[in-house]
Amino acid sequence: MIAYLLRLAVKAVVTLFAIVTVTFVATRLSGNPIDTFLGEGLTAEGRQALIDYFELDRSLWHQYIAYLRGVLSGEFGLSFVDRRPVTAVVLERLWPSGQLLLASVALTVVVSVTLGVLAAVYRRSWIGSAVMVVAFAGYAVPSFILAIVMVLTFSYWLNWLPVVGNDTWRHFIMPTIAMSGVLIAALTRFTRNAMLDVLGQDFIRTARAKGLGELRVVLKHGLGNASITVISVIGLQIAGLAAAGSVVVESIFSWPGVGQMLVNAAILRDYPVLQFGVIAVAVAVVAINTLTDIAYALADPRIRLARA
Amino acid sequence: MVSLADPILRMRRRKARKGQGADIIQKIAMVMAVLLAAAAIFAPLLTPFDPLGQSLLARLRPPLGFERYAAGHLAGTDELGRDVLSRSLHGLRLTLALAFAGAVIGLVVGGTLGLVAGLRRGWVEDGIMALVDMQIAIPFTLVALLVLALMGSSLTVLVFVLGIAGWEQYARIVRGEVRRIAAMPYLDAARTAGAGPLYTAWRHVLPNLVSPLVVQFTLALSNIVILESTLSFLGLGVQPPQPSLGSMVGLGRDYMPTAPWIVLTPALLIVLLTFTVQILGDWLRDRADVRLRER
Repeated sequence: MIAYLLRLAVKAVVTLFAIVTVTFVATRLSGNPIDTFLGEGLTAEGRQALIDYFELDRSLWHQYIAYLRGVLSGEFGLSFVDRRPVTAVVLERLWPSGQLLLASVALTVVVSVTLGVLAAVYRRSWIGSAVMVVAFAGYAVPSFILAIVMVLTFSYWLNWLPVVGNDTWRHFIMPTIAMSGVLIAALTRFTRNAMLDVLGQDFIRTARAKGLGELRVVLKHGLGNASITVISVIGLQIAGLAAAGSVVVESIFSWPGVGQMLVNAAILRDYPVLQFGVIAVAVAVVAINTLTDIAYALADPRIRLARA
Repeated sequence: MVSLADPILRMRRRKARKGQGADIIQKIAMVMAVLLAAAAIFAPLLTPFDPLGQSLLARLRPPLGFERYAAGHLAGTDELGRDVLSRSLHGLRLTLALAFAGAVIGLVVGGTLGLVAGLRRGWVEDGIMALVDMQIAIPFTLVALLVLALMGSSLTVLVFVLGIAGWEQYARIVRGEVRRIAAMPYLDAARTAGAGPLYTAWRHVLPNLVSPLVVQFTLALSNIVILESTLSFLGLGVQPPQPSLGSMVGLGRDYMPTAPWIVLTPALLIVLLTFTVQILGDWLRDRADVRLRER
């Protein structure tokens, strides 16, 4: 178990290190950051002062080490637009993003587990086919189109729901659904396949043979055993998908979260914000992945014993 | 070792082949694919209007069948009087071209790395698989945002980003298949019979790789279409005035309450495209994998 945990820790640290390095290389590949980001209207002295401040005349190695040192001590610089530390800019946007994420994951779990179980139990009837069509459509329709069609229908045409902001529960409806489309498609497929695997096992036959009701067989013995797989999929796949989805959905609905901030920073080329935002989201995703791996190992002795 | 003369296996094969016929939805998807490809290839011939040509007298006109319809502009015009249908078809052309270029780059990069990882064991394989794990762990949309913001949204950078988007899937598939095939008895037999490494690679390894790669290429195509239109929608992909389906939806957003057709035509084309490609991809996958057909 300890060896397995160490492996996970090493993997997480290496992945984070790679992300930090990618953000550094990406910013330096694009030429002199001063020219790219501050552009015209800069006097010669101002330019020299900035070069001295960011040590841009030193070797790349020196810059890289200084950058790593900054990352480790939590120094990510100031936002070009806000003139505030980027950590503060990102931190105040974490909670709105977290709210939307929690709402979406909750909706996804409820809908996907229901649909996935139905699709597995009724896989030979029209119910199973209908569920798979829904799951398929979720994959094929990009979230921005789902969002746009909802806005057209429910805001502009029917005038039921607000488009911009996150003030009331009514503001949550469309962004949550738009975020969840892809997640539901993914999780429904996984739930269905996990349920099919479990329902084919010998202990299910035993449970039926000893006279248990079908509902109890499916929910307790079936879903109970499939839930390990389902939970691990939520941690490993849904986190990454949600991070990508929040970028699109938050910018459509002007949701004051990290995703919207990242798109604005990308368009305004506010590169310290962009850099720290990408690192922060990547840390969150890697942390969720690693915690899922640990939980999975705790739940399943085959994993922690096999690799240790 | 299973003998091919085994009657049960033969029967199963015949049954399986019977299941390979396309159903009605898959047939519709094939027709759609041909139509969309034709529309993209012949867009300059099919469209009577210049996709960039403005006409300030015919701004924000609705599609055929509505009041104030401007003659010839079947899907209406946008805020600068540009023909929405012409722009959509040119956008479709660009989107498909970018998606193909991206999928080919992914195939070449991922396929090569997967091949190397499958053939050379040891630290080379470990290193490549660590890269694959990293690519899976990092949400790619974020990397794309970073790269496009820093390097600018030229078409070259965009193709590069779209190509890098899915390489790890190819690498995993190729590595897995190469390792599986390398353990097959018929490879030993071929070697014993005196076949050289190039001959075995060409005659025995490559044919086994074709069908999983075709499947992955098709599925990647639809993912890349979604990524490209999403990036263009956000204003980070294809830049105006050049039309792409995603950027048309993004720019048309401001006119949605009064002129929804500007958004709906390209949005409909994107959904048609992703549905068609994914149905074909699923169909190819079911054909290629006997195990999936059981379900």
